[in-house]
Amino acid sequence: MKALYFAWVREKIGKAEEEIALPAEIKTVGELVAWMSHRGEEYAEAFSTGTVRVAIDRAHVKHDALIGKAGEIAFFPPMTGG
Amino acid sequence: MTHPAHFCQVSVRVQAETFDAVAEAQRLTEGRTDLGAVVTFTGLCRDEGGTLAALEIEHYPGMAEAEILRTVEEARGRWPLQGALVIHRFGKIKPGEPIVLVVTTSIHRTEAFEAAAFLMDYLKTRAPFWKKQHLIDQSAGDWVAAKDQDEAAAERWKA
Repeated sequence: MKALYFAWVREKIGKAEEEIALPAEIKTVGELVAWMSHRGEEYAEAFSTGTVRVAIDRAHVKHDALIGKAGEIAFFPPMTGG
Repeated sequence: MTHPAHFCQVSVRVQAETFDAVAEAQRLTEGRTDLGAVVTFTGLCRDEGGTLAALEIEHYPGMAEAEILRTVEEARGRWPLQGALVIHRFGKIKPGEPIVLVVTTSIHRTEAFEAAAFLMDYLKTRAPFWKKQHLIDQSAGDWVAAKDQDEAAAERWKA
């Protein structure tokens, strides 16, 4: 699936997007975030803040949500628009 | 409470270009004799006591528009609006320039006032935009941190 990164999540990881292959046992968004944080030092730095928000197919999701057949998952800091 | 479906002019734009708030408000009201209220809110880039050179606003294309539309739909479910327009800019924006525009129209003033405030409160915490500061002293500033007070402002509508 396609992973997108925005703002300081993008800067810490060092890329805006990539294809990721999720292990079958990862079912929830919370499990996904924990898995992401173990992909390398730069991922650990981004995800260890505990503040990363997640959107699946362009809609916000909570950490207890199921990933299901997501095509696009985005990771980003709390929003500061307006 | 959900209001019965009625015609409501809805427009959402995410763009780099600036906008003309007066002209946008006029488009929602011209030719209408039934409206009693138009509320126009413009959010500006401030210079933070003369330290800020510009804001750089990053957004999530596609989701930004979708999330603003969801917020407008939620507002329409709460208030009988006749029109709702939201424009949010991205890219580099200098102090004094507009960032965001919310225009609401209704038969009576309360709906337009409340819906405009609701839209701004929800946009700040839900719409996928992030501000980075560029400082006058040329240093690369930080990403603006989300404020608890913005979260609290959005929460008040849940009561």
